[in-house]
Amino acid sequence: MEPRTDAKVCGMGHSMKRKEDPRFIRGQGRYVDDIQLPGMLFMDIVRSPFAHARIKSIDTSRALQIPGVLAVITGETLAKYNLHWMPTLSADTQMVLPTEKVMYQSQEVAAVIATDRYTAADGVDAVEVDYEALPVMVDPFASLAPGAPVLRTDKKDKKDNLAFHWEAGDRAATDRAFREAEVVVSEDLYVPRIHVASIETCGCIADFNAAEGKLTVYMTTQAPHAVRTVFALVAGHVGLSEEKIRIVSPDIGGGFGGKVPVYPGYVIAVAASVVIGKPVKWIEDRMENLQADSFARDYHMKAELAATRDGKMLGLRIKTVADHGYTNASANPSKFPAGLFSICTGSYDLKHAFCEVDAAYTNKPPGGVAYRCSFRVTEAVHAIERIVDVLAQKLRMDPAELRMRNFIKPEQFPYKSVLGWEYDSGDYPRALKLALDKIGYAELRKEQAEKRKRGELMGIGICSFTEIVGAGPAKDFDILGLKMFDSAEIRVHPTGKAIARFGTKSQGQGHETTYAQIVAEELGIPAAHVQVEEGDTDTAPYGLGTYASRSTPTAGAAGAMAARKIRDKARKIAAQLLEVSEEDLVWEPGKFSVKGAPQRFKTIQELAFAAYTTPLSGGMEAGMEATSYYDPPNLTFPFGSYVCVVDIDRGTGMVKVRRFLAVDDCGNIINPMIVDGQIHGGLTQGLAPALFEEMSYDENGNNLAGSFIDYLLPTAMETPAWETDKTVTPCPHHPLGAKGVGESATVGAPPAIANAVVDALAHLGVRNIDIPITPEKVWKILKEKGVAE
Amino acid sequence: MIPAPFDYHAPATVPEAVALLTRYRDTAKVLAGGQSLLPLLKLRLGAAAQLVDIGRIPGLEYVEERGNTLRIGGCTRESTLERSELVRARYPILLDTAKVIADPVVRNRATVGGNLAHGDPANDHPATMLALGAEVVAVGPKGERTIPVDRFFRGLFEVALEPDEILTEIRIPAPPARSGGAYAKLERKVGDFATAAAAAQVTLGSSGTVERAGLALTNAGATPIRVEAAEAYLKGKKPERATLAEAARLAAQAATPQADRRGTVEYKRQMARVMAQRALESAVARAGGR
Amino acid sequence: MARHAIRLTVNGAAREAEVESRLLLVHLLRDVLRLTGTHIGCDTTHCGACTVLLDGEPVKSCTVLAVQANGRELTTVEGLEQGGKLHPVQEGFMEKHGLQCGYCTPGMLMTGCALLRRNPRPTEQEIREAISGNLCRCTGYVNIVRAMQYAAEHMG
Repeated sequence: MEPRTDAKVCGMGHSMKRKEDPRFIRGQGRYVDDIQLPGMLFMDIVRSPFAHARIKSIDTSRALQIPGVLAVITGETLAKYNLHWMPTLSADTQMVLPTEKVMYQSQEVAAVIATDRYTAADGVDAVEVDYEALPVMVDPFASLAPGAPVLRTDKKDKKDNLAFHWEAGDRAATDRAFREAEVVVSEDLYVPRIHVASIETCGCIADFNAAEGKLTVYMTTQAPHAVRTVFALVAGHVGLSEEKIRIVSPDIGGGFGGKVPVYPGYVIAVAASVVIGKPVKWIEDRMENLQADSFARDYHMKAELAATRDGKMLGLRIKTVADHGYTNASANPSKFPAGLFSICTGSYDLKHAFCEVDAAYTNKPPGGVAYRCSFRVTEAVHAIERIVDVLAQKLRMDPAELRMRNFIKPEQFPYKSVLGWEYDSGDYPRALKLALDKIGYAELRKEQAEKRKRGELMGIGICSFTEIVGAGPAKDFDILGLKMFDSAEIRVHPTGKAIARFGTKSQGQGHETTYAQIVAEELGIPAAHVQVEEGDTDTAPYGLGTYASRSTPTAGAAGAMAARKIRDKARKIAAQLLEVSEEDLVWEPGKFSVKGAPQRFKTIQELAFAAYTTPLSGGMEAGMEATSYYDPPNLTFPFGSYVCVVDIDRGTGMVKVRRFLAVDDCGNIINPMIVDGQIHGGLTQGLAPALFEEMSYDENGNNLAGSFIDYLLPTAMETPAWETDKTVTPCPHHPLGAKGVGESATVGAPPAIANAVVDALAHLGVRNIDIPITPEKVWKILKEKGVAE
Repeated sequence: MIPAPFDYHAPATVPEAVALLTRYRDTAKVLAGGQSLLPLLKLRLGAAAQLVDIGRIPGLEYVEERGNTLRIGGCTRESTLERSELVRARYPILLDTAKVIADPVVRNRATVGGNLAHGDPANDHPATMLALGAEVVAVGPKGERTIPVDRFFRGLFEVALEPDEILTEIRIPAPPARSGGAYAKLERKVGDFATAAAAAQVTLGSSGTVERAGLALTNAGATPIRVEAAEAYLKGKKPERATLAEAARLAAQAATPQADRRGTVEYKRQMARVMAQRALESAVARAGGR
Repeated sequence: MARHAIRLTVNGAAREAEVESRLLLVHLLRDVLRLTGTHIGCDTTHCGACTVLLDGEPVKSCTVLAVQANGRELTTVEGLEQGGKLHPVQEGFMEKHGLQCGYCTPGMLMTGCALLRRNPRPTEQEIREAISGNLCRCTGYVNIVRAMQYAAEHMG
């Protein structure tokens, strides 16, 4: 799409340089730990070495003797205020600090408040906790087995460890389709527990001003407004009232879903500040972050696909056991306990599908955040895109050909999926064809065949994913009852410059730039003159925040709608000033001119000035401001086709991603440079769980990847030079035709990589390797098949 | 992560440092580059009441050949080794090794002496030094002594230095003509310790047979492991692929790795073999044997 | 426990502080000298968010004691811009979208600045090697590499 505005205005389609960069490249970003308040104290947390244990006693005396240690807060302290439990985002319950039992390793046990971070750390070392170890449940299948010891003894009448059961689709009809099918493939697929590991950990400064009764919390949150409401609901009974709570989310050093939940540390810091009357800072270290903050994924799936012998897919069945840790703290919309997993029919025109999830409690940290994906879409896409390859293998059909044969056709959109979604728009064959042509698929297949003859292992993997983002329409989507609209408020100043505030919160996505471009697109005010603000609940309009690729589909749309309200008013003022009727005016970005007399026009700057300086007719009020609360009519469905080429070292099993081409379609694009950057980052966070990252536990619930020593973030050396391209299929219902892009690549990359590795070994009879595909997993196969060096 | 309190001393000379170590003995730790010690202290996995920083002592950082010996000052940074023309030209095995230690930024602080004296079998230089037949120079209250590197590694995090001794120099015999060495490391990603790694140093005789072979393994047991059986096996043989494979097999046999997130015992042992094979192949190639 | 009076040069200016032996250099910079551009990301010397130049070489300031920097010269991200002129690496990061959340950026800039001083025309592979001790979770490194290539082309 050619930009409608010139480079000076910098509306949609311009690769505008980011407005946030000047401060970041000078080291003048303002992250939570950069803020120092007068008299500020520091909090550090005592954590459980056991995954399951009864707390017999907590001795704080030695800690309290350390000069500078002011207080040690325990569950008993909080219980006095009835603040020792809190609700999770999935309306389950979670301990703030325990009074009886700890349920996972590294759970918060007590908090030390001291004058500085060094003394607080010494205080943590000096707190003596006496534990009685309890049997540990780490296996979700064992946890769900009949007769398993009940973990949530805090819940009256709970007789098992089932957190919830969820299902979608017609079970009977799907079963019938499977019984009648000529070909059925089935595969157990595990998408392991992973952790977002943003480079900035979580933290906050809670600052309670007793004189004003006002609480200000600077915190690493992707959803400041929702947090304010949660605080008001949780602590209303101790006098925290929502108008007296201000949440400030300053610059955020990466979120990826991990900064959506309200962690116990935040709540304890607030309690400490309220009790002590001074600002209290809490900053996690990396091990706390990895070991205690919300996990993602952890889905054990059995995926089955039914088809005809000539490759027509008929039905999909997926049964999942989900490990939720000790509480269901998933950051999901309330009506969707398994998120948007029912997108699992993917890009294919399937007539029958059924999926179900049994969620288990275990002695592991809670969570169920997304790791840069829209509510369990990654799991769903992994299931369908892997099982399609398994089918291709069984049918001895090229995986690209099988996909082409079963894609939802462009003319079928809007497409109603058998599991109930209405896909907005798409052209799947075009994206796959572009990807295949661009990477030289046919030549690669030839090269592979030649290499196979020489005993060399090379694989090509495809993934044609469909995303579902932009939650979401208020009729279906809420979190703790809060509808998932989002908002924008624009004020155009007399000199024609503007400030725009949004209910979302960027964590690197570049909202200060792209939102300004949206306003520029709609009003013709240069994006350089649009100041964007987010994250301060005292000033920004209410919104549900940034996650699930929802900012552009919701708040971005709100920005366009608010701008259009302003344009409507500007039109009225222009009509008055030009003495014509509104219908006689033509809009082009930045000005209204008279139809047939283009030399007679008023610029948006002139109209803004008039709004504040000229008596307005027709009862029009002064000023030029508008607010929009945008309730999206539907979700958006970005898609793409990825092709990955891998080489495998026959000596070590090491997989090298030689090439990776991503063709994405996220509808109309606001800033191509930023979209490309989002895709590069998403691909890397797809590569990471595909080959490196896994949060695993031993039989005692000990975390085995609790630091960057074993939780392996890829460096520039492991990360390939990503190649990208795009198709553009506008969203029919979004005011700008945009769909959102932040997470597409995270969702699409893992199956492309897994498919490539399996493809390299397919001639040896390999059907699946669970991610992360470590060298040893591959080597074991090579050894078994007698091809290891 | 905050270390527990300790005192810090910055002696200006080696005798001053030795005097401090003599005074504090077991409660003191030597701080060189600090890239292993400080993380341990931050994690509060190790404790030290006194840190004696030898990083400010002049004259402990050099890489030079004198006579038939390469001398590396104990406080020489890994990055110095990496950038040394002498190392690049004459000791490619040291360049191989330095380049895969931790990451480039860490290597600006990490020292060669520290890499040895820490006694961590996962460190990379120990195997290289074993393959090269190096010796280390230790200075203590009674003066200086040299310790052959194959008597230096005593156990897990245990080396032949007395608590009041400082490793001041590493001495490596200059390789004769037709020598070559290489270090091969399998790591999960940059910055990781080796899943398995092997150092090989080979000298060929005029007939093209192996005159001397040094072969050692990283992270394959409680200490770095010198594979004497393979060294003996190779001696006098033509360095053909099958011969090197047999030597590599002997290396795997000598490995006693522990299972961890990097792999099972079986995998690590086989990777010791594969790395030994690859290190030997490159060493022979560099010696002009192929 | 002993405290030490230290003097050092930070971004060209003489600074003094009295520090505990165990004070980490990164905390001296951030909490004492209030130069908060240098970040903390991992505690185990893996991520490089805390990278600063110590006597011109990039080091991870979470794994250096403040007292070890006594008498030395430090450059932090705040010292890159000279006389109102951005360092070419800073310009490159803006031009090539080499940053997103900005958290790893100061460390990347310091590593990149040292790389280009030593090797004014690095290959892509050399850049990737040089930054392999600095983790970025947002960019996938592609644009960081491009930013450094841009800087190499624009070094005076």
